Amino acid sequence: MLIEARNISLDVPDMSHQVLIGHRRKLRILKNVSIALKKGETVGLVGESGSGKTSLGRSLLRLHEPSEGQILFDGQDITHASAAELKPLRRRMQMIFQDPQSSLNPRHTIGSILATALKLNGMDASDKSIAAVLDRVGLPSSAIRRYPHQLSGGQRQRVGIARAVALKPDFVVADEIVSGLDVSTQAQVLDLLKGLRSEMGLALAFISHDLSVVRSLCERVVIMKGGEIIEEGGTAEVFAAPRTAFTRTLIDSIPLPEVRPGWLDS
Amino acid sequence: MPRDLRIWLGGGFILFLILVAMFAPLLAPFDPLEQDLMAATAAPGVEPGHWLGTDSLGRDVLSRLIYGTRIALTVAFVAAALACLLGTTLGLLAGYYRGWVDAMVSRLVDIWMAFPPVLLSILLVAVLGAGLTSVIIAIVVIDWTRFARVVRAETQQQARLEYAEAASALGMGHGAILWREVLPNVLPVVLVLLSLEMGIAVIVEAILSFVGLSVSTDTPTWGGMIAEGRQIIYQAWWVLVFPLGALFLTVLAFNQLGDGLRQWLDPMLKR
Repeated sequence: MLIEARNISLDVPDMSHQVLIGHRRKLRILKNVSIALKKGETVGLVGESGSGKTSLGRSLLRLHEPSEGQILFDGQDITHASAAELKPLRRRMQMIFQDPQSSLNPRHTIGSILATALKLNGMDASDKSIAAVLDRVGLPSSAIRRYPHQLSGGQRQRVGIARAVALKPDFVVADEIVSGLDVSTQAQVLDLLKGLRSEMGLALAFISHDLSVVRSLCERVVIMKGGEIIEEGGTAEVFAAPRTAFTRTLIDSIPLPEVRPGWLDS
Repeated sequence: MPRDLRIWLGGGFILFLILVAMFAPLLAPFDPLEQDLMAATAAPGVEPGHWLGTDSLGRDVLSRLIYGTRIALTVAFVAAALACLLGTTLGLLAGYYRGWVDAMVSRLVDIWMAFPPVLLSILLVAVLGAGLTSVIIAIVVIDWTRFARVVRAETQQQARLEYAEAASALGMGHGAILWREVLPNVLPVVLVLLSLEMGIAVIVEAILSFVGLSVSTDTPTWGGMIAEGRQIIYQAWWVLVFPLGALFLTVLAFNQLGDGLRQWLDPMLKR
């Protein structure tokens, strides 16, 4: 297994309660969750907002420290690893964020954003290698000197992808990366992701609430609700025969391209 | 008023003051300390060369006004810069690390703001002893909270954005995230505050001069001139009015510059 979470739980301070002294009450947003990804495998994490799918993704990357359980990356226990211990692993596990508007610093150029990523991980950050990365995600090298707000939404998300894959990682968490894009741009960005996945042998945790996208991209799917995994299995099996009513509802909510005969007359 | 005009007028006037302060010995027609009791309380233009009149000791008001710019601007720049440095640092740390750091800084700010500022500054200077350094220390000690409060709120908001988390996913340390990623986004707010604070510092210095707690009385200051002018306002209004006008225009210029910068740097208003 490349990455594995064993029975992890995650507690966060409850911000809705103001306390004067002492600790805030804790909210448990992940409850006893286990998940594992092999090298090159794509798993879809599906659920409503607030279901804990994003928290699970971030915990796998150790952006959150789980309260209970264990996280293993390539056999190494990173559950409570310090920032310094994680540093050498950061290159190998990356994240693509939902909203590139907020995940790209508005005060830095695209070139500087990518150079920072490369330099931090001891890789070649010359203009030439940055241009190569941009080219791979379908952006012109002139984007180096642009600021994020000068790009379109789709181009910005390509920069987000470029920043993650520039480091040649083994594992990437993609958090709702197409939900802010229009449908045709979505398709292009997903194609790009598929291409990169097969080319680099990426293991991918694909977080989404859009089951049609998950179906086209993922081999396995994990359905989450209220911080727990309520169903998991091969994408085809889960879609064909969901075991829980919740999954059934999710699947039924996919809009289908069928047209009732005579709908124009009604 | 259009924001560009505010920046140009405010900035232009401040630049003018800086030049006046730098070239004071060349610009002043008289030695600001030279007494001429024969020409005491001369109205503007009555005695040859005394364009703005003389005070009760026969000192040239214009020359004292010009030399007074030096103290006003020194305090404005040094005190505001130091208050900014202290307040911004604490605000950044509180906003970014939250938890107990935030709790400490926020409580400190709350307590600080419960003191009446003018009284506190007079008390501080009384304890430290009069003088330029004490005035600057007093302003820094009182006004760092303005920066700390605003920068803390802004940092909190910025640190919630995903670029901070993206940097941490790339293996960037907290210090670097704060310095390289968050600070550039907080800087516009800091610049605006800095400009406003300079205006405030000029006023506080004038207040302390007025009550005789600033620099020694043989150094001309606007506040000192106002205090002297107040005593002879019925005989010689010009001793009071001109430094008051200079003070008013200077503070107005800093405020307009600050407001102009705020509008110019705010992306929401930019469109």
